[in-house]
Parts: sequence; C-alpha cells; structure tokens
Amino acid sequence: MGEATILPLELDRVSFVVGGAPLISDVSCTLAAGPRTVILGPNGAGKSLLLRLCHGFLQPTSGRVLWHGANGVDPLRFQAMVFQRPVMLRRSAAANILYALKLRGIPRPERERITADVLGRTGLARLADKPARVLSVGEQQRLALARAWALKPQVLFLDEPTASLDPAATFAVEGIVNAIRAGGTCIVMTTHDLAQARRMADEVMFLHHGRLLEKTPAASFFAAPASEPARAFLKGELSW
Amino acid sequence: MGDIGEAFAAAIRLVVGLDRSLIEIVLLSFQVNLSAVAAATVLGLPAGAALALVQFPGRRAAIVLANALMGLPPVVVGLIVYLLLSRAGPFGVFGLLFTPTAMIVAQVILVTPIIAALTRQILEDLWQEYEEQLRSLGAGPGRAMGALLWDGRYSLTTVVLAGFGRASAEVGAVMIVGGNIDHVTRIMTTAIALEVSKGDLALALGLGIVLILLSVGVNTLVLVMREAMQREQG
Repeated sequence: MGEATILPLELDRVSFVVGGAPLISDVSCTLAAGPRTVILGPNGAGKSLLLRLCHGFLQPTSGRVLWHGANGVDPLRFQAMVFQRPVMLRRSAAANILYALKLRGIPRPERERITADVLGRTGLARLADKPARVLSVGEQQRLALARAWALKPQVLFLDEPTASLDPAATFAVEGIVNAIRAGGTCIVMTTHDLAQARRMADEVMFLHHGRLLEKTPAASFFAAPASEPARAFLKGELSW
Repeated sequence: MGDIGEAFAAAIRLVVGLDRSLIEIVLLSFQVNLSAVAAATVLGLPAGAALALVQFPGRRAAIVLANALMGLPPVVVGLIVYLLLSRAGPFGVFGLLFTPTAMIVAQVILVTPIIAALTRQILEDLWQEYEEQLRSLGAGPGRAMGALLWDGRYSLTTVVLAGFGRASAEVGAVMIVGGNIDHVTRIMTTAIALEVSKGDLALALGLGIVLILLSVGVNTLVLVMREAMQREQG
C-alpha cells in the first residue's frame, strides 16, 4: 500500500438532507492521522450518517468530502468499516477474510498468510474453519475486525462496534481496535456509550441534531464541555 | 371409484414390469426437462441477480415483467415457438419443429422467468444485509452478484426445483411443439394426455402416479444433497 497516506480527511460544509429534513447540517472539520476520534452524541444525532458520508456510502447533498492525500487513487481502497451488527458471509471464518483480501487483489499465498495472522491476533485461530454465522455475536464482531485488519487500512471506521456486545466482548473489541491503531491505522468510531468514549477517545466530535457542536481533545471535552447540549449529555440529561 | 384402484395396479405393473416404452418415455422426459432447467438456470440466475442489485432505468418494469411471465400459459408459449420454428417461420430452416430440441426451447422460455423472478426476490433480501459490507470491501456489481449467488446457494436450490416442477408438469407447450410422436417426442405429460383422450383412464392415472413419484424422488435427492453440503459448509 506504500507510505503515501490518503489523509487528511476534510469535510467542507457537508450537509445531508432527506425529504427536506436536514439530517447532517453544515459540518466542517479535518481528521488527520494520530488521535483516535470518537464521534459522540445521543441517538439520532447523525453519528452513523456522518461515518457513512466519510466512507463514501452516501454523497452529501451539499458540501464536499475530501481526501487530500488521495492524489487520484480510489480512497475506498485504503479504508475499512466495521458495523454495529457484523455482516458475515455464509462461509467459514477464514473464508470471510480470504474473500475480502481477494477483492483487494492480494495474491493467493499472501492471502493465506495474512488470514492466519489476523485470526491468530484476534484469538479466532481455532474457529477458522467454522461457518462464520454460527459464531457468537462477540466472535463475529472480532472476525469483522480481523477482516478489516487484514486489509491494513489507513483509516478504520467503526459504527457502534460494541452496541450489541456484553462487557467481556466489548473489552476484547476495544483491545483489538487499539492493536490495529498501534499498526498506524487512523481510528474513527461512533458510540453513545460515555464510559467507552472515556476509554477510547483521544479526540471527541460531539454531534447534536446533525450539527457538529464540538471537536476537542477528549480530556478537555470531558472536563469542560463548551456547549450546553454536551454538558447535558455528559450528565445524562439530554432530551432530544 | 374402481378407476383409482385400477390405476394403482396399472402403475405398479408399469414400474415392476419395467415396461420398455415407459422407460423410453421417462428417459426422454428427464432429458427434455433437465436440459430445459439447466439452460434456464444458466440464464435465470444471473438475470435475477442483476435485477436484484443493478440499478438501471426500467428496472421496476423489468421486475414486474419477470414476475408476470412466471404465469405464462404453456399453450401460448407453445404456439409462439411453433410459429417461430415452423417451415414458414423465421427459424424454419433448422427443421426443429416436432423434435425434443423444440420442446426444450419452449420449456426454457417457460422456466427462465420463474428462476429469474424468484432469484431476484431471494438475492434482493440478501443484498439488503450485505450491501454496505460488500461496498465497503470494494466489490463491484459483478463481484457482488457472484457473492450473492454463492451465499444464496441453498435457497436457490429451491428456486431451481420450482423451475423443474414447472417443466415436468406442463403439457401444453411440449404437446404443440413436440407433437407427442411415439418414440420421438412422447414424454410423461403428453402420454398421459393421450391416454386420457383415448379413454384409458387407468393407464393415464398410472403414468401420473409414476410422474409424481419421479418428482418426489428428484426433490428428495436434491434435499439430501443440500443438507449434506450445508452440514459440511454451514
């Protein structure tokens, strides 16, 4: 994949409107390599939507999503995304990863090696030949992370990756995310779980009604949020 | 209702006696039906997959059309193919009328819409689940169609069986384009129709029982194979 990076990612006055209702309004910000960015906000704030606009699933109604380092290459090739509910193809755990690598044009012997490697790192080696869809939800989410990890993405988007998991599985997922980050991948994740945000965030983007109210280092966000909705959200009082 | 008892007796005599003409009819039936279903599967699966996930102008109209064509009347298809293949028709030079090939052509036209329309429904549901993940992995429409067809393979066996059911049960189309010629184009359903018109209801019903048993046999075989595959691959 080379040393070149598609980052920084700039959102330039991005809005997303459905049927006249503005779901994302005028969001501008820049994401650079380094800090783990956590997009925080109550249900319906537009967190998942913003992630999908960044990942290129959706085109903004107005404004632009710019990968400044892309220089003509398809930025999607250097990204991966993990969803709240893991999407498992109807084949074995290992085949799920092999298929993703095949789509990226990785040669076959290389595919086998990478797959064995990421299955080992996520503690799934002994489940390699099991059909992916009979794994527990926690194992499936680890497999989804292993699949993303195998692609060595420069940016990994995670949409509420632990929302349907128990504490032990959540802990495992957070550990894997941190390990992926240690390999140099930029992490952007959404959550509505404040405790998780405190553990995982270096930087917080706080969304409310589709507007980006704050983008600050996590320490200062949790110590002294600048906006009234963020203060209310941290106290668990935000009614939306 | 002595006819029914006599019919079973006729059926048993036909099967146990390994009646030579019965075997001939059964083999030709399989040859025509399986060839037609194989061709319709090759055409219908990709067509259904394309309808499920490729957006193009007129897609909704195409889906309505495919669904409507599932109910094509066999006699009408038979008549159209007859006109196309008859000496005066555009494909008359090939001399295909009243051959098994003509029967296969007619059945392909009957079965392809069934396979395409049911495939579209199954894969569209699967696509709902897979779309974001496959797009995120960078799968283009061709690769995505391949993944959907492979991952939907167990449900799709039922679709192919529905097509086989249609092919082996219809009589109108093969009767018109095949002509029910003894030793040439006579298959189970046309033989039954003939015996009914001759008034040999017992023999007709006997043949009918054999046809149903064969159909149950094919479906059982497919189910067993599918379950074995599923156990192995999940």
